[in-house]
Amino acid sequence: MREIVRFAKPEAVPEAREVLAAQGLPEEDTLAPRLRRLLDDAIDACAALVEPRAVCEELPAERFAAVLAPLGVPGDDLVVGRVYPRAEGLALFVATLGEALPERIRKLFDEDALAEGWMLDAVASAGADLLADRLAERYRQKLVERGLGHARVLPYSPGYCGWPTRGQRPLFDALRPEEIGVTLNDSCLMSPIKTVSGVLVAGPGQAHKFRPDFPFCDDCRTHECGRRMASVLRKA
Amino acid sequence: MEILKRIADALQQGDDQQVGTLTAEALGAGLPAGDILQRGLVAGMNVVGEQFRRREVFLPDVLLSARAMYAGLDLLKPHLASEGVPSRGKVVLGTMKGDLHDIGKNLVGIMLEGAGFEVIDLGHDVAPEAFVDAAVREGATLIGMSALLTTTMTRMRDVVALVKERGLAGKVRTIVGGAPVNADFAHEIGADGYACDAAHAVDRVRALLGA
Repeated sequence: MREIVRFAKPEAVPEAREVLAAQGLPEEDTLAPRLRRLLDDAIDACAALVEPRAVCEELPAERFAAVLAPLGVPGDDLVVGRVYPRAEGLALFVATLGEALPERIRKLFDEDALAEGWMLDAVASAGADLLADRLAERYRQKLVERGLGHARVLPYSPGYCGWPTRGQRPLFDALRPEEIGVTLNDSCLMSPIKTVSGVLVAGPGQAHKFRPDFPFCDDCRTHECGRRMASVLRKA
Repeated sequence: MEILKRIADALQQGDDQQVGTLTAEALGAGLPAGDILQRGLVAGMNVVGEQFRRREVFLPDVLLSARAMYAGLDLLKPHLASEGVPSRGKVVLGTMKGDLHDIGKNLVGIMLEGAGFEVIDLGHDVAPEAFVDAAVREGATLIGMSALLTTTMTRMRDVVALVKERGLAGKVRTIVGGAPVNADFAHEIGADGYACDAAHAVDRVRALLGA
């Protein structure tokens, strides 16, 4: 069933340590005072400006296959294409922090408040990821109620791990996130900018496991997949 | 000159007000704008860039210094023009089509401006043709491309191919960067250079343009 989710503002505000870790900055206790001030101000601004909301819809595997089909790429050539057939549950999602926060970031950069703009952008990016995690947790809770307590849920998004950004188009056609104010431009970029989209894949930890031997893995320097797989395999 | 060193020091501290005050003072004392730029602002940014490269300071520290640099540069610009101080070169920058991650690219632009280059920033979601068109239109001698996504970095190859196709190879250099990009990829697509971060980007641009 398609569902609009309205989050409370604090639910989209990341912890300081999450922002610092994501940006490779020192831990809180060793952070220079001027950076600490920047971070605190950015977190306060995020808490004030964020307008978190999402749309989510559980769908059967055949419908998700139809979301991937227009890409014309064999499913086995994508991480998500290899993973989803093993899923016990799938849900499309789009979650956004709203327009006020990116607007403030743009304004800061326009005013040459570069460090402030950068820090707020970092906080907002962490906030958007946090929303995806919260949706994953909500979905997991639903699966627990259905007796699928073993299910591990991970979000997979267009733009990553071989899923082309043009994959946004069929995803948007299926989910219609315009209702929460999210649109696509001609290049399939989402507006507001601080928005995440994709599919929540639920299944046993092993369902998320794959060998990172895709052609695009050669170009990847983040190797985020290893951390993601470890997170669900550890809990399994 | 003591005041130029104070400008450089204030810039390293990210003190934009002090940099503005000292730059105005130096201009009032009759110092050439070119000297204030090179021995004050650029000297200070060079130190910050080196500290960033050695991981002694972090990106937000660099950005605080960059704002301080702009505070001085804004005062100098009219004087630089009237003194006929040439830029070190003109560079077109952008993030690849389909990619909206432009913080890294912005930082490269700031560092290049701090090093005395003229920067034409095309923003994000830039089509391959737009890079080359802008370079021709602006008379730029270098195109800098950024991507955060493995799904968009492949378009860098199209820009390099377009540069060759239009007979601009050797006249317009290309340099690539961004999280998924590395030196092997740059070599594979025929780009002239690769930079792992903004500080290295300045070095590579200097080397490529002989500036």
